[in-house]
Amino acid sequence: MGNKIKILGKTNKNSLMGFINYGIIILFFVVITIVKQAGALTNALSGQLIPICAYIVMALSLNLVVGISGELSLGHAGFMSVGAFSGVIVSGAMNYGGVTNGAIRLIVAMIVGAILAGIAGVVIGIPVLRLRGDYLAIVTLAFGEIIKNVLNCLYVGVDKAGLHFSVTDEAHMDMSAEGVTLVRGPMGAVGVVKASTFLAGIILILLTLFVIQNLVNSRTGRAIMAIRDNRIAAEATGINVTKYKMIAFVTSAVIAGSAGALYGLNFSTIVPKKFDFNTSILILVFVVLGGIGNLTGSIIAAALLTVLPEIFRPFQDYRMLVYAIVLILVMIATNNERLRAFWKRIGHIFRKKGGELNEQ
Amino acid sequence: MLNYLISGISLGSVYAIIALGYTMVYGIAKMLNFAHGDIIMVGGYAAFCAGTYLGWPVPLAILFSMMICTILGIVIEKLAYKPLRNATSLAVLITAIGVSYLLQNLALLIWTSNPKAFPNMVNFIPSIVLGKNSDNPITISSATIVTIAASIIIMVALTLFTGKTKMGKAMRAVSEDKGAAQLMGINVNATISVTFAIGSGLAAIAGVLLCSAYPTLMPTTGSMPGIKAFTAAVLGGIGSIPGAMLGGILLGILEKFAQAYISTQLSDAIVFAALIVVLLVKPTGLLGKKMTEKV
Repeated sequence: MGNKIKILGKTNKNSLMGFINYGIIILFFVVITIVKQAGALTNALSGQLIPICAYIVMALSLNLVVGISGELSLGHAGFMSVGAFSGVIVSGAMNYGGVTNGAIRLIVAMIVGAILAGIAGVVIGIPVLRLRGDYLAIVTLAFGEIIKNVLNCLYVGVDKAGLHFSVTDEAHMDMSAEGVTLVRGPMGAVGVVKASTFLAGIILILLTLFVIQNLVNSRTGRAIMAIRDNRIAAEATGINVTKYKMIAFVTSAVIAGSAGALYGLNFSTIVPKKFDFNTSILILVFVVLGGIGNLTGSIIAAALLTVLPEIFRPFQDYRMLVYAIVLILVMIATNNERLRAFWKRIGHIFRKKGGELNEQ
Repeated sequence: MLNYLISGISLGSVYAIIALGYTMVYGIAKMLNFAHGDIIMVGGYAAFCAGTYLGWPVPLAILFSMMICTILGIVIEKLAYKPLRNATSLAVLITAIGVSYLLQNLALLIWTSNPKAFPNMVNFIPSIVLGKNSDNPITISSATIVTIAASIIIMVALTLFTGKTKMGKAMRAVSEDKGAAQLMGINVNATISVTFAIGSGLAAIAGVLLCSAYPTLMPTTGSMPGIKAFTAAVLGGIGSIPGAMLGGILLGILEKFAQAYISTQLSDAIVFAALIVVLLVKPTGLLGKKMTEKV
């Protein structure tokens, strides 16, 4: 009986945290809109709004893999680039075909980006999820680099006959004269007609939270977490390990793909090199600093760590240096055994005081 | 054909030396030291400064660079990794990435982002020309000879060191079981420090060899070779010294052949695809030990 109450209590706490997450995002939107109306938003910051949304979604989706499913992925930016480039191509083709409405282009681009990233997730997940631990990490890194290299060779154009692809150069696309080149290999997607809006970014975050939070609190989510906590025990109770790991991995890829489309349609040019190993690491840093498995933490870390480097742009020479030092110090402060025990003691002291006050 | 093979072996030997550092640190500290690639870069700069600015002779410059890197490796281990000895591997990985950013940005501040033209430091041996009288003679440059010789000497020395000396035995014991090694009176912390020192010293040699072959030195010079050498270490079976050597040379040859016969742009993708294929067939790498799972 006691156990049951505890479990119920936990579920309530989880759904409460869920509402807090929605609340934070809506509050963020309202505050930014008010500040924007008042004209107090600097240009640099308002240019960062959509990337912030995209990075929050990326951090949330990577948290599904790293935090909930417990697998270290070092190639998450690869899914983002699949989403970004497929989104940009679809949007460009639609624009060429006469669909100039930004909202429709963005929605279709996000859906296509999500589907293609999901397919990439399945293709990558089949070999990757057979491996364990550090081997899995290096293979995801390898896949991220492969995606980047392949996109570096990709040329895409559109004309009246439809889309044309080539992996050698622009001339090999067999495009008619009035066609438009959408993707130019290493130069990336050029002349992208922007479609992303801040509101769309906020909606995407809310949707992502909805998907992940409901997944985590479902039977499937519990199975995924059981595998994370003890794979062998989970297998022994009849949980299909590959299937549930795959669900988490592909869901994460799908979300990353739509975030990529949002990101891609926010810039007029976008290069494959943007989504390299460093971007994957950046997203991983959001997840780790925010707290592994903690969605609220991911949101805050992604937003802060995207904005802070912009604010400190005047100190350009030193900001990355400080970033590196802060990263190391935070990791040591939160993971060192002695310091952890110390934080715990401080926490206990405060909690005790609070408890005594309540009793009085 | 033979030309590509030779340049592949040469590049592969550099990868092998870097991979040896990765593999030793991984075998003993069970951590992915992502900062290893940047220690290569520091080694390159140290040798460059000693050789070009101070005008020191080449052997002295290389020794100086090894010394700097060894000290750097020990300092990094003591300050950043030692406090996290019992933390999760993810925490250590992120810290290593932090160290990597730190080294890159320090280098950016000190030496700026302008590439430096690195002098060829390893041309003290005359190059060999094979088939002088045939139609297409093959020249093996002195850098190639030195690189290949250095990697073989290093591998043999390391194998002897870990197999025969007391310190080497301590290393193997720590890598088997840290707790049991400590109970046997082995100073685990000192052993790990020595491992980092050796790995970083090797990184300095790799830095000099790499920059002699590809003479542009930038703060990001080390990162891609670092990742590739790490791939090589995993390919050969991480934790195994001959595995790192084999993986490095295979990777180098594969990269050169892919560049020559398939596509320059796709060569990296082909290299990484090869890693994935190998890991699918042998999940612990070519020469890796098969891990048994305890229930």
